[in-house]
Amino acid sequence: MVGALLLREWKILLRARASIVNPMAFLLLSTLLFAIAAPQLVAEPSQQASGILWVLVLFTQLLSLDAMFRRDYDSGTLEQSLIMADVPFVAVLIRIFVQWLGTGLVIVIATPVIGPLLGLSWSAVPGTMLALLLGTPALSLLGSIGAGITVGFSRGGIILALLVLPLFLPVLIFGTDIVNAAGAGLNYTAQAYWLALITLVALIVSPFAALAGLRISVEMQ
Amino acid sequence: MTDALTLQFDSLACQRDGRALFAELNLTAPAGTCVELLGANGAGKSTLLRTLAGLHSQYQGTFQSPPAVYQGHRLGLDELLTPLENLAWFAGLESCVFDQTKALALAARLGILALAHTPCGKLSAGQQRRVAMIRWVLSGRRLWLLDEPLTALDTHAQAWLNEIIAEHCQSGGSVVCATHTDLSVPLKTVLNLRPPPEQASW
Repeated sequence: MVGALLLREWKILLRARASIVNPMAFLLLSTLLFAIAAPQLVAEPSQQASGILWVLVLFTQLLSLDAMFRRDYDSGTLEQSLIMADVPFVAVLIRIFVQWLGTGLVIVIATPVIGPLLGLSWSAVPGTMLALLLGTPALSLLGSIGAGITVGFSRGGIILALLVLPLFLPVLIFGTDIVNAAGAGLNYTAQAYWLALITLVALIVSPFAALAGLRISVEMQ
Repeated sequence: MTDALTLQFDSLACQRDGRALFAELNLTAPAGTCVELLGANGAGKSTLLRTLAGLHSQYQGTFQSPPAVYQGHRLGLDELLTPLENLAWFAGLESCVFDQTKALALAARLGILALAHTPCGKLSAGQQRRVAMIRWVLSGRRLWLLDEPLTALDTHAQAWLNEIIAEHCQSGGSVVCATHTDLSVPLKTVLNLRPPPEQASW
């Protein structure tokens, strides 16, 4: 079951490249806007870079989350996977994982380009990549709860943001702390463990909550 | 006698947004039955099918239903994937091995063999419905819940649909089919949905 589902998601990811390209274009463009509007950021490594980077990552995630289940909902494949799947939970978890591959992982890879544009010092880049690698799965997982509930709304974007952004706060707090510590050359092991813990808790809770939200959305249609 | 493959309602009544749709239904359909579900627009045909599929929880009474294939108005085909890829995904959902030879044979029978590798988004509505018909046959589930399956089908495809339903019932499967056009299937049971009495009075 897992193989066939992963194969399908992988093919769709390759054919619907907009789902990767759009969020990344958004992230890159907003980074450039910051670099143009506040050139002093780029001139020398600054403390604000960590906060700006993480907020931009949250917004990019929000943009991608809105589309997380929408195609499947509109085409009816979502209701089919709820009815026909041996374990619907697995189908939801795979969707979340592939959404993370297309957004979170790509952000991690793009960090060496985007970080310095925002005034991140080079010495902080490895720590930032670690923070994003540990934190972005939590964003996809927690975000899937809101995405599941709002997929039935034709304009769910704002409600999704209101539901999900508060859930992102712990990730934001520990994520920026790691980046700041890395920039200052301090040890950030403790914060990294905390971020990993948040992701693990999200992994346990979110797919069930997202599945419940999706069931409600499918029933309401 | 009822076994696990029998479809049975005991005074089943569905609501939608708090409004009662039809009066209490009673039915016992042993394996091999084709139930033709009739009723005016808004009588609750789709809601009854969704209830049986487990997608609708506003109902009273009880029902017993084997695991079912549900075909709603949204076909459940991904437009970026080809018919074969969609069918392979459906097989994967049920954790069964995808029988590509059988799928291609059915595609040939339904006249869409040449389109087996064309993305579903480029198929016409009727051609997509034919792909969906293949999926019912390939599924291991013995009860089919079909919501107006004749929509968008040409006369040939309508005849094939009737054939496929008749074959499925002969091999011991069951069908519940909401329709506005009579099915030409032997031995069908007609179930007519009517609004509950208190609503019918005005």
